[in-house]
Amino acid sequence: MTQSNTVEEIVSQPYKYGFITAIETEKIPKGLNEDVIRLISAKKNEPDFLLKFRLRAYEQWLKMKEPDWSSLTYSKVDYQDLVYYAAPKQDIKKKSLDEVDPKLLETFEKLGIPLSEQKRLSNVAVDAVFDSVSIATTYREKLAKHGVIFCSISEAISEYPDLIDKYMGTVVPINDNFFAALNSAVFSDGSFVYIPKGVECPMELSSYFRINSGDTGQFERTLIIAEESSSVSYLEGCTAPMFDTNTLHAAVVELVALDNASIKYSTVQNWYAGNEEGVGGIYNFVTKRGECRGKKSKISWSQVETGSAITWKYPSCVLQGDNSIGEFYSIALTNNFQKADTGTKMIHIGKNTKSKIVSKGISAGQSKNSYRGLVSISPNAEGSRNYSQCDSMLIGDKASANTYPYIQSKQPQSNIEHEASTCRISEDQLFYLQSRGIDFEESVSMLVSGFCSDVFNELPMEFASEADKLLALKLEGSVG
Amino acid sequence: MISSTSETILSIEDLHASVEDQEILHGVNLVVKEGEIHAIMGRNGSGKSTLSKVIAGHPSYKVLSGSIQFKGKDIIQLAPEERARIGVFLGFQYPVEIPGVSNLEFLRVATNSRRKELLKSELDTFEFEDLVKERLKIVEMDPAFLERSVNEGFSGGEKKRNEILQMALLEPVISILDETDSGLDIDALRIVASGINRLSQPSSSTILITHYQRLLNEITPDFVHIMADGKIIKTGNKELAIELEKSGYDFIDDNAKEKEMAE
Repeated sequence: MTQSNTVEEIVSQPYKYGFITAIETEKIPKGLNEDVIRLISAKKNEPDFLLKFRLRAYEQWLKMKEPDWSSLTYSKVDYQDLVYYAAPKQDIKKKSLDEVDPKLLETFEKLGIPLSEQKRLSNVAVDAVFDSVSIATTYREKLAKHGVIFCSISEAISEYPDLIDKYMGTVVPINDNFFAALNSAVFSDGSFVYIPKGVECPMELSSYFRINSGDTGQFERTLIIAEESSSVSYLEGCTAPMFDTNTLHAAVVELVALDNASIKYSTVQNWYAGNEEGVGGIYNFVTKRGECRGKKSKISWSQVETGSAITWKYPSCVLQGDNSIGEFYSIALTNNFQKADTGTKMIHIGKNTKSKIVSKGISAGQSKNSYRGLVSISPNAEGSRNYSQCDSMLIGDKASANTYPYIQSKQPQSNIEHEASTCRISEDQLFYLQSRGIDFEESVSMLVSGFCSDVFNELPMEFASEADKLLALKLEGSVG
Repeated sequence: MISSTSETILSIEDLHASVEDQEILHGVNLVVKEGEIHAIMGRNGSGKSTLSKVIAGHPSYKVLSGSIQFKGKDIIQLAPEERARIGVFLGFQYPVEIPGVSNLEFLRVATNSRRKELLKSELDTFEFEDLVKERLKIVEMDPAFLERSVNEGFSGGEKKRNEILQMALLEPVISILDETDSGLDIDALRIVASGINRLSQPSSSTILITHYQRLLNEITPDFVHIMADGKIIKTGNKELAIELEKSGYDFIDDNAKEKEMAE
């Protein structure tokens, strides 16, 4: 067996999170129309302004076409053949964890996210979302002492309608794109974070999204607001069972950072990617955007994308406030028939704004991995700077990697730097590690980790080793 | 130090090997016993480096026929990592740079894989740091090198010292050092050579592959072999290296001609 074949085998690992929780689920009938939207809104007892928001989005969505400009090819989704709301049968939100169905607690424990008091992650508060609803949010009281609000978006809609009305849809407008419009019409749950003025959030906040039903789309919505001089670090993780059909996930994430505020948003995406023949897997169409509205504010995205059959995702920063900073650190690993088209947009509007992009793409099998990014500098953004670095690593000879950097500068006093590289796992590097007694599998995994180290260094401490393990797991398999 | 009862560490018989379908080794024979230091000299392209890579198991090199025995056991079927674990060490002529992989962590994983084979306990980060700091002294290396990526941005001499550091940590049974002296200034050469001398044990052996006599002024070999056209064509003691230094490689050619004529 040749060495490159063996490398390919190593990247074909079994998916550990493919189990299904047997739990009674309340689902609404398949299909999408105005009545379905009214039904979702009614199930969640939403105020009138939100129903109107949904209906306006639906109206826009009907007029829009699914985008086809990416390098992704996939069988089209039949939007009338999906369920838009599925919830485990229990009262929507329990007062305490003791009342939550033990099967759900077990599910999250199996995923490595213990929610019960004794076993909780010590410095991370978790919002656990199962299909369309949030099951539990930990450490709420402790956070409340600092004035931090961390709850499901459904609760925020009923408890803090003014904040929702003021901010929701202002970063990602309802007609922003096809998937954002769909999400705005039918979103079911997600997380809400509010950090008051001057508060440094005392712990990491995180959401864990779990899809359990095969024919149900998951449309979560996250909104994070950091008031003046506040800061927060937020993590998000995702998994789903193995189904041989494609499940749709279309999320919207909006971040708002006011003067001197800073938001760090990290994702480890490990949705089911389909089997080795490319059957099944999640379609992941996500709109994530942050606005640095205030002066000297900062938004930093980091992502480790290893799952999904299709990934279409461009976490972006609108750098409105003078001297604001946007960052994007990304690792995207694709294998078998996975396709990823991911990158970022850095929109420089304010003066002396800075952005930095570091993207690492690893493609194995017959997968396609594309970086697509836009750096735009408006006429008023004097003294703005961008630095982009996009590196691709190919494993085997059937995978492909592409880089599409778009640069639009209307400001001569600005500075844009772009570096790109493509490499293969080198036989000499592998031999060097092996000749020191390190086995083949571990050597490959070490080289991939090394390739990604610039991005690992940007992940929160608690997360970096998890992400490293996840990559190693993805690279695990039988050596031929 | 050497007696006829010494155990044979490495025994190579009529070894033929190729790279990219071109035969480079045309029947190498070599026996190395414990405690011995062998030097292999020869021109560029004579097959010296190929021999070292074939012994270590580089996947690009194919063994066509012949055998390589390590302590009486044929190792041709073993993966490079398996050969390393039982105590075969190759010091590279051009150690590769591995960006993003911490030198310290790399050294620790490598050391533990050898220790596991020796049924010694694996070392955690703290225990390993103590060990590595002690071994650093052998090659007079600054601990700051541990914090960097493997060989990344190291000078030629620093890379070679990092190789000897690995040798010091892995405690191999046989070390094959491929042109460890090339690209070293006189001070670095002395440090590397004294490191090799300090590490040689009665139970281990060393093969030095080199172009020049100058390394052999620092490390005294028991045997000197001259390689040409994929074979060892002459074997002698350290005098042979001195003779070679004086007369140059033409002397081999003359020798070869003589041999041919005799045949």
